[in-house]
Amino acid sequence: MLDVGDNILSPGAVVLGGEPEQPAAGEARSAWRTAAGELLGNYLGVAGLGIIVLMALFSFVGPLVYHTQQVNTNLTQVNLAPGGKFPLGTDQVGYDVLGRLMVAGQSSLEVGLAAAVIAVGIGTVWGAVSAFVGGWVDSVMMRVVDALIAIPTVLLVLLLATIVTPSVLTMIYVLGFVSWIITARLVRGEVLVLRTLDYVSASRLAGERPVRIVLRHVVRNVIGIVAVQATFEVANAILLLATLSFLGLGPPPPAVNWGGMLTTGLNYIFDGYWWQIYPAGLCIVLTVVAFNLLGDATRDALDVRLRQR
Amino acid sequence: MTRYLARRIAQAIVVVILVSMIVFGILHFLPGSPARAMLGVRATPGAIKAFNKANGYTRALPMQYLLYLDHLVHGNLGFSYIRDQSVRSLLALDVPKTALLVGTSYALALIIAIPVGLAQALRRNKPLDHAFTVFSLVGYSMPMFWLGMLLIVVFSVQFHLFPAEAPQGASVSNAFSDPQAMVLPVATLTIVTVAQFSRFMRTSAIDNLLQDYIRTARAKGVSQRQLVLRHLLRNSLLPIVTLVGLSLPFVLSGAIVVEALFNYPGMGWLFWQAAGAHDFPVLMGFTIVVAVATVVGNLLADIAYALMDPRIRYSAS
Repeated sequence: MLDVGDNILSPGAVVLGGEPEQPAAGEARSAWRTAAGELLGNYLGVAGLGIIVLMALFSFVGPLVYHTQQVNTNLTQVNLAPGGKFPLGTDQVGYDVLGRLMVAGQSSLEVGLAAAVIAVGIGTVWGAVSAFVGGWVDSVMMRVVDALIAIPTVLLVLLLATIVTPSVLTMIYVLGFVSWIITARLVRGEVLVLRTLDYVSASRLAGERPVRIVLRHVVRNVIGIVAVQATFEVANAILLLATLSFLGLGPPPPAVNWGGMLTTGLNYIFDGYWWQIYPAGLCIVLTVVAFNLLGDATRDALDVRLRQR
Repeated sequence: MTRYLARRIAQAIVVVILVSMIVFGILHFLPGSPARAMLGVRATPGAIKAFNKANGYTRALPMQYLLYLDHLVHGNLGFSYIRDQSVRSLLALDVPKTALLVGTSYALALIIAIPVGLAQALRRNKPLDHAFTVFSLVGYSMPMFWLGMLLIVVFSVQFHLFPAEAPQGASVSNAFSDPQAMVLPVATLTIVTVAQFSRFMRTSAIDNLLQDYIRTARAKGVSQRQLVLRHLLRNSLLPIVTLVGLSLPFVLSGAIVVEALFNYPGMGWLFWQAAGAHDFPVLMGFTIVVAVATVVGNLLADIAYALMDPRIRYSAS
């Protein structure tokens, strides 16, 4: 039966009935290799990975090659159209837009990745503990998850953002803290299934220690789900950061992210300064699409059932 | 069925209590105190002490929580010092406007997304499916405020078709008297929601197409039209009921952005203003109300699900 909460934030989820066929533990290594092969055979997944690598290079290596002034404003060169010295023009305080996109990309990617790591970290521990302990602890932990699901993410983020002093670091904590819920549910569901599988019972009967069972059988099977969810969480965190910047609660200058650039640019939408809007918007959409494609492809690659079709 | 209902309702009550605890916790761990927030940074220690005593902040924490809960149960959601108005009266004014925006978008999104998802599943991996997959992917990868802005640029600046600002005015009737102005806000929220829902519907329909009963129906010689309408559509809609209930927080998140962008004076707009002004009673009150609405919405969706699908109630009891 479909567990609805599992698919709610990843609309690409393939819902299938029945229990997943788990690869036997001895085949784990070759199963991973097969999965990697599957992933590389998926054009969209490769495209996603490619875009992510390009965006990372653009943001982190770009400034080393393309030197621009991104600290001091220069009011003698505001809102210049692209051309000549400025391939993508300048913004309302005289920063080079191309160079600014690189610096902004650094925070967007950093916040996205770090928030995703925090989110899946909390989520995995929460879900695994809940499933392993069971009983009333499980019930309480899952009701907490239900309670947090009931509060819209943007609401929760706004609430927390009013409490902390906005900076790149606090944004990472806030976004990480609001995004762990789906992972917790996914991990709990998977661990509950894994515990009852024959080969896990068999290794318990064979006298394997619990720690070894967890490391060898459970972690290996859960890690795929967590990796897929982490990819989606990066996409979500980048979008949430942009939304927060639009609502005026993002990290203030001198910090800059793509969402903040886009928001500032939108003030000039009626002046025709397209170079302040479309490049930043395109960076966000491309990066978020890329992470979603990679997540979808990774999930398909790890899904044994899809492989047979 | 009764047992399932009782268990589900008990769960919902626990969840609501937990939400109130989370909200109370956030309120309590705020930097500074409510007294500082209301009386300002220059308040004398004596004034702060008097305020704390008058509002029960000198009691033990569990007592304070019970007091807060008691207020909630009696419909007292707090008082906005910044707006000098009770949160309940603010809510009474703004909830209908947001309900109109979200309700219209939800309805439109379902009307569009169900046929689209079904068509995609039936023509899986054909050009039509790919086209809508791309649309849906870009739809949920786009910052919503940017999508709304693009709609403004095209439909209101270029072609002068619809106003760039949502209906103004305190009452929900303003929205009805100025339907033109509702078009762009509703369209923005609908597009993003369709991107999400059509994905659910496609997945659910594909899952059902692989089931044996479809093959049996085909073997019996059921026409394609009958197959789709009687067998596929009805069964694929089942999981959608729950997913749609669970999507309420997602759509409400969108409503905040849309109301901020189009300057639509609903709940989301007020919440946004309150966040900027550190108006915590409003933030807390609205969070509670929205969370309760979501919990109740999910409860209703689950009950509807159980009514429609006997497997649920049998496996639950």
